[in-house]
Amino acid sequence: MIVLLATLFGEFFLVGLLSFGGGLATIPFLQNIAVRRAWFTLTELADMIAVAESTPGPIGINMASYAGFRAGGIPGVAAATLGIVTPSIIVILIIARALTKFRENELVSGAFSALRPASCALIAAVGVGLIRASLFTPAFDLKAAILLLVLIPATLKIKAHPLVFIAVAAAVGVVLKM
Amino acid sequence: MREVLMLALIYARVGVTTFGGGYAMLPMLSRELVEKRAWLTEAEFADMIVVGQCTPGIIGLNMATYAGYKRAGVPGGIAATLGLVLPSAVIISLIAALLQGFAEYAVVRHAFAGVRVAVCALIIKTIASLWRSAVKAPEAGAVFAVVFLLAVFTKLHPVVLALASAAFGICFTKLRARAK
Repeated sequence: MIVLLATLFGEFFLVGLLSFGGGLATIPFLQNIAVRRAWFTLTELADMIAVAESTPGPIGINMASYAGFRAGGIPGVAAATLGIVTPSIIVILIIARALTKFRENELVSGAFSALRPASCALIAAVGVGLIRASLFTPAFDLKAAILLLVLIPATLKIKAHPLVFIAVAAAVGVVLKM
Repeated sequence: MREVLMLALIYARVGVTTFGGGYAMLPMLSRELVEKRAWLTEAEFADMIVVGQCTPGIIGLNMATYAGYKRAGVPGGIAATLGLVLPSAVIISLIAALLQGFAEYAVVRHAFAGVRVAVCALIIKTIASLWRSAVKAPEAGAVFAVVFLLAVFTKLHPVVLALASAAFGICFTKLRARAK
């Protein structure tokens, strides 16, 4: 058991360390784990992605929790999630400390002046992908398009908690059988 | 100490209310940290995203550690990150234990088709507010346009685009300083 938990921690530590970006960036690594270890099959990985996407929480964490549970029950969940979290904590604490120190440095502020618009553009590109996935997959979905056209001005104008819009959209999805 | 617990709590709430990846967290985080508490300015919020994107690790976790550290040092960074993780771990364990085939229920599928659309709208709102703090000068607009097109139409990794932008920013600042 101890060996299993240590291996789970180690494998997910590597996933956390090596994947840049959102939780979906972890999928290639998980695929690799599925092939090498008997923790879950590739089909179960597909289920995992579906579950991770349809439950609250960052996808990467959900995937780690799910894989951990399949491999080692509740202790497995703890080992896998702590494994995936630890690299972020270590790396970011070091970087945050360095950044606070070098904030006034000309090179750092120069880099950030271009990184900010770049970061905004990367999110916009993710937005394009999200719109493609929710409106055009598999075919153009008129109901989803109308809902989006209503929601965009609503989110910009109404100062409600994001969850309000999510709950309304979920209800609309169920009622209209989207 | 109170602030550290507060951070864990805020991030646990963000964890429960986020559907679909680190970027979907942004609207919730901006609401909690910028609008409601003013713990971060719009510019600091943009910095947090930059750091989350171009460092190894999952974006959502990186952003949690960064914002937590900014507010309450190392304990804050750890508390925010673990707070974010805890609800996921609990919910997924319950689902994995009790609900086989959860994602195939018709109600779940329909609800999530709706939720995905809401996430699109919320992301657009986030982009609009980031734009205001990130894109002020013409050269920033150029960086935005180039990175956006490359990210949508090529398979270049975001980290490559981020590093190239950072290099451009450094060169541009140097050249402008020399021109003066």
